[in-house]
Formats: sequence, C-alpha cells, structure tokens
Amino acid sequence: MMMEFLLATVLKIALVMGLVLLAVAYLTWLERKVIGDMQVRFGPSRVGPFGLLQPIADAIKLMFKEDIIPAHADRVIFLLAPALTLVPALIIFAVIPFGPSFVITDVNIGLLYVFAVASLGVYGIVLAGWASNSKYALLGGLRSSAQMVSYELSLALSVIGVVMWTGSLSLVEIVEGQAGSWYGIVPRWNIFPQFFGFLIFLVSSNAELNRAPFDLAEAETELVAGYHTEYSSMKFALFFMAEYANMIAAGALAATLFLGGWQGPFLPPVIWFLLKVFAFIFLFVWLRATLPRFRYDQLMRFGWKVLLPAALANVMVTAALLA
Amino acid sequence: MEWIFFLAFGLVAAVAAVAMVLQRSPIYSALYLILALFAQAGLYILLGAELIAAVHIIVYAGAIMVLFLFVIMLLDLGRTDRSPARVKPVGVIVGTVLAGLLLAELAVGVGPQIVLGPRGAYDPEVLRTVGNTRAVGRILFREYLIPFELTSLILLTAMVGAMVLAKRKVE
Amino acid sequence: MVPLWAYLLLSAFLFMVGVVGVATRRNALIIFMAIELMLNAVNLTFVAFSRFLHSLDGQVFVFFVMTVAAAEVAVGLAIIIALFRTAETVNVDEVRLLKG
Repeated sequence: MMMEFLLATVLKIALVMGLVLLAVAYLTWLERKVIGDMQVRFGPSRVGPFGLLQPIADAIKLMFKEDIIPAHADRVIFLLAPALTLVPALIIFAVIPFGPSFVITDVNIGLLYVFAVASLGVYGIVLAGWASNSKYALLGGLRSSAQMVSYELSLALSVIGVVMWTGSLSLVEIVEGQAGSWYGIVPRWNIFPQFFGFLIFLVSSNAELNRAPFDLAEAETELVAGYHTEYSSMKFALFFMAEYANMIAAGALAATLFLGGWQGPFLPPVIWFLLKVFAFIFLFVWLRATLPRFRYDQLMRFGWKVLLPAALANVMVTAALLA
Repeated sequence: MEWIFFLAFGLVAAVAAVAMVLQRSPIYSALYLILALFAQAGLYILLGAELIAAVHIIVYAGAIMVLFLFVIMLLDLGRTDRSPARVKPVGVIVGTVLAGLLLAELAVGVGPQIVLGPRGAYDPEVLRTVGNTRAVGRILFREYLIPFELTSLILLTAMVGAMVLAKRKVE
Repeated sequence: MVPLWAYLLLSAFLFMVGVVGVATRRNALIIFMAIELMLNAVNLTFVAFSRFLHSLDGQVFVFFVMTVAAAEVAVGLAIIIALFRTAETVNVDEVRLLKG
C-alpha cells in the first residue's frame, strides 16, 4: 500500500517535472516567435522547421560556454543561487490540479503553500546579486528582490477574495467550486465574481515574475543585466529556466484560481487546462511585446500606492458582499 | 516512520542552529538560520499544525530573513569579520551554565512521565475533519479577537518606528 | 508516535544554542538572529504542547509570537541601521559611548 502510493507519487512527479522542463524550453521558442510576429518579423526560423529546434540549439550553446566565476566572488553562494531560484519555481507545480484526480498532492493549505514557495523565490535573486561581487549585480539583485517583495502583498491579497468565495485554501476544492454554470451558459468561473481580483492578480504576477513591463531590474539596457550579469553557461540557463517556469506556474495558478482549472464541456480536462495556461502565457508574452518599461520609482509607487490599496479594497468589498 | 522524519528534521534544525552561531560571516549565519527555519516548518507539519507551518515559512523564511539579508547587503556587512572573533570567556561560561540548568530541569521534570494538564477539545481526529486552518481561524476570531486586533496595533507601531529610525536625516 | 519529551528536548537544545549565541557573539546581526532562534524554539514548544494537550491555544499563541517577532525584527534592524550610520560598526563591543 505504501509502496504503491510512493511509486505513483514518484511517477507523477517525474511526469510533471519532465513536462514542465520541456514546456520551459519551448516557451522560449514560443516567446521569440510570438514577439517576432508582433514586430512583423520572423522569430527563429532557421534551425529546424519553423525554428523548432532552436531551444535545443540554445541548450547546447549554453552547455558548452565557458563557465566563469568572478574573482573574489563568494563561490558557495554563487553556485547555490541559481538552484535556489529554480527549485521554488518547480515545486509550485506540486499542488496544481491538472485534471479531476491528477494532482501530485492535495494539501489542504494548497494556496498558502504556493505563497510560501513564491516568497522563497526572492532568495536566489538577492544572493546571486550579492555573490557576484559586482556593483551592477548587487544593485540589480536588490532592486529585483525589493520589487518582488512589494508585489507579493498585492498578489496574496488579490487571491483572498477567491478564498473567501470558495471557503477553502485547497486548490482542488477551489477548482471544484467552479463547476457548473449560471443559467446554463455562463460557467461559474471565479473571474466573474472576482474580476478586480483577477486584474490585480495578473498585474501583480507580472511584476512578481520580473517580466515586462516591470522588468527594469534585468532588462538588457538597464544595469547591464541585473542580478545575472556575472553568470554564464549552465548557471545562467538555470536562471532563465526559473523565470520561464515561474511564468508557467503563474499562468497555471491564474487558470486554476480564476478560470476554472480543468473544467470545460467537451474536451478532456487536461486539454482544457493546457489551453487556459496557454492563454495566460500568450497574454504575458503579448504584454512584453507591446508595453514600454516602467521606471523603477514608478514601479514601486504603483505597487504600494495603487495596487495594494486596490487589493485591500477588493478584499473588503468581497467580505461585505459575502456577509 | 514518524521517528525517521522527526530525527531528520530535528538533526537538520539542531546542526543548522549550531552552525549559525559559529559562522564568521553574517550572510552564512542567515543562510543557516533559514535552513533551521525550514526544518522547523517540517516539524510543525509533523505535529499537524499545517497553517502554522505555512505561515512560519511565509513570515520567517519569506519576509524576516529577507529583511535580514537586505540589511546585511545594504550595509555591506557580509564579508567575513577581519578582526579575530575574541570570544569572551564570560559568555561561554554563562551560556554553558544556563544550558546545563535547562537540561537538568528537563531531565528531572519531564522525563518519560509528564503530568499534563486538562485536555482540550481539539484532538487530532477532530482536527482532521474540521481542518486545521478553519479551527484556528474560528478560535482566533472568537476567543482571541482582542489580542488579534492588538497585534495589528503592534505592527502599525513597528512600521512607524522602523520608518522613523531608519530614515536618513535630511541635512 | 514521537513522544512529547523528544520535542521538548529539541526545542530546549535550540533555545540553549540561541542563548549561547547571544552571550558569545559580538556581531549585532548574529545576536539578533540568535534571538530569533530562541523565539522559534519557544514556538516549537507551544506547537508541541498544543498537539499533546489537544488544544489549539498553543497554535494561536504561536501566531501572536510570530507577529511580535516580525515587528521586533523590523524595529531592531532599523535600530542597527541607525547605529551603523553613527558608529560605523555593528560590533557591540565597540559601541561604548555611554559606558562610564
């Protein structure tokens, strides 16, 4: 009994992690293709048909690059930081339900677990910035992590409305609470009663991911490259992978919390889930291609003076409506 | 089975705590403390306190230690102390004596038989049905409502105090 | 089922390590971290007792302890920053302007 449970769990973990890593690799291709299309140019199109082998080419290039560790850098932390960034990004997927009984573990504090893990993502960045022994990296790391910490608040508050509506912190129960429909046509997805929470969640997760338009701390034209200035080869690849894995996780969370997870009429549940996650990823890439960057003080002002009061107001209005 | 987890988490917590106190550089101390906090969250889950475990990670590992790291990095205190750590013998003696007293008291007073007080109503089976979060929330907002509101005052005071203390005086 | 005394022993040990840390180290930040360790050891005791006494009061109290610890860290670090600005050091041995 115990061995079966362990074996099933290990298989599920292997499957989900494998899929996530593959998705991260092809997400880079997707992003470059979509941004290329929006900028009226081809994205990668030479390596393989439609450039589909581009991620493999990138992986091979990154693996064979020279691995440089800066002088006087703190070796242990320098090597530890990329792993510290990637692991939280991957273990979020442990509580996300992909299908009716396809979830690695249904913790009854699922959403709190997600926020605990998301708040751990700050460490890799701030330690990477510090361990590089470089002014640009340190400043970029501090800015990046200050931004992430600021927007974590609005992120968590925007979801409280969903928790109040559903009455549970477990992601499986949140998805199941969105079954059925009103009047037969409009599905009971949380995006309809919690529309402002949804908007705040989208904006906060964009800032939390350090993605455009909030990517000042790591954009190429600012501060060299932020916290990963001094990183090369596989360690840089790990940072990259962590950012994209976080993006997929944010899309999966948005789909689970606001769009009904795997619920849907005709297609199999997993396909619905993947479609919804893909919609969010497309939205994130679209935002990157379209919007200009925020300046850092504008970013922080927006996070603290606009988004946080809005999230609090959302919680209060939801509480008032539910009473 | 539970013993294995307890020994694993307990050992990690103990070793990380000792390592934290022995490090030269504050950054390594902070990292070892984060490790100890993680092991402690694991112990909380073993004790069935899932809400506390998650809040522990969010508050301690996710916020307080990040604050520590920010301060260490902004003040550039992370490099190893140049001056040799002149450990005062007074400190070691005081520490050892207190530790010995605590352990002796535990050995005498605790031991295999503990006389516990009256039991409450929330045994683990009840908690498994009701849900840890719901039960804690119920108590927090009924019996402990006033302390709860007072902690919000404490947080407000701390916020104002921290901002005033750390502000640069504009000359 | 892990007995209560195992948890109490572990939290007593962690508390001890914290006390030795506060008594021995001279770096203000490490002293602060040792204080946090002590608070955590006490939290562990609370939660252990809450489990073995079948009462949730222990967990509620841990909640409050965590809140107070967060507030204390914020103010304490602000004090350390202010101290560093004037004294240029965080070594508590070297901050002796008030010493008689």
